[in-house]
Amino acid sequence: MISGRCAACKNQRRKCPSDCIFSPYFPANDPQKFACVHKIYGGSNVGKMLQGIPTYLREQTANALYLEAKWRIHDPVYGSVGIISSLYEQIKNAEIELAKIQTQITFYKLQTQHVEAEPNSEVLQSQSSNMEQFEWDNPTIASWFN
Amino acid sequence: MGSGNSPCASCKLLRRRCAKDCIFAPYFPSDDPQKFAIVHKVFGASNVSKMLQELPIHQRADAVSSLVYEANARVRDPVYGCVGAISYLQNQVSELQMQLAVAQAEILCIQMQHEPSVAAAIPNPQQIMEFQEQNNNNNELTHHHHHHHQYLNFAAASSSNVIHDSLSRETFFGHDMVS
Repeated sequence: MISGRCAACKNQRRKCPSDCIFSPYFPANDPQKFACVHKIYGGSNVGKMLQGIPTYLREQTANALYLEAKWRIHDPVYGSVGIISSLYEQIKNAEIELAKIQTQITFYKLQTQHVEAEPNSEVLQSQSSNMEQFEWDNPTIASWFN
Repeated sequence: MGSGNSPCASCKLLRRRCAKDCIFAPYFPSDDPQKFAIVHKVFGASNVSKMLQELPIHQRADAVSSLVYEANARVRDPVYGCVGAISYLQNQVSELQMQLAVAQAEILCIQMQHEPSVAAAIPNPQQIMEFQEQNNNNNELTHHHHHHHQYLNFAAASSSNVIHDSLSRETFFGHDMVS
């Protein structure tokens, strides 16, 4: 059926057999999809690759090939590798920012703890224990307070 | 360089004469046959040749490196190839963005606690995050607080840039990759 050809067979100007390996994943209404993978991988290569994949994974494979082909067309030098580098860069920057902010949070928390520790009461505490010591050592003075 | 005597890896594999101006020769030396083999397997020699011809010479080495990388990824993962790695990295980015948002909300909360005028109405981090999402710009908030002004504003501004750049970046997957 000439009218029922998939995008791949239309592109290749051939008959589209009923068991065409491309037709489930390269429908006629999306000619761009096959055009992209054809440009980067070549039609027969795509067919070979799909044949090596179990049927239930072929749709994901075709879609992944389409994405990579699109990225390669968009960036002929780096393709999807350019995206990977940029993502690594983003991750690195985000980790640095996160570390900075977490350090600031720790700094604030430590500051707050230090202020809340009430150093005056501690000093008073130690002073009063010194006083007790003094009184024991000097019973005469102690008797004045009793 | 290609010469009549020592064919490059590509011409060896393709069993043809390696011309002096062989397009592959500078990038596929004969001592690394695997490099061309894998690129040929995934992309096909004629496609690689076409792609290289369309690029200025000074960019071809990088192009070959990235093609080799992609081909290796495709051989390792015949279904997803590089797309699998990208998906994984994007998840990491999202995860980090979330952690950043939480940390930013926390620090704003702490900063607000230091302001006596707003001490009575201290929002919790969740409220701050919602506020951030509504306004889509937390720089205004940080500018109100003068404690440790310079350093914190830099940190908050640059981290919001990380998030905003990523949010505005094109999402690659129109559908769930794993069905």
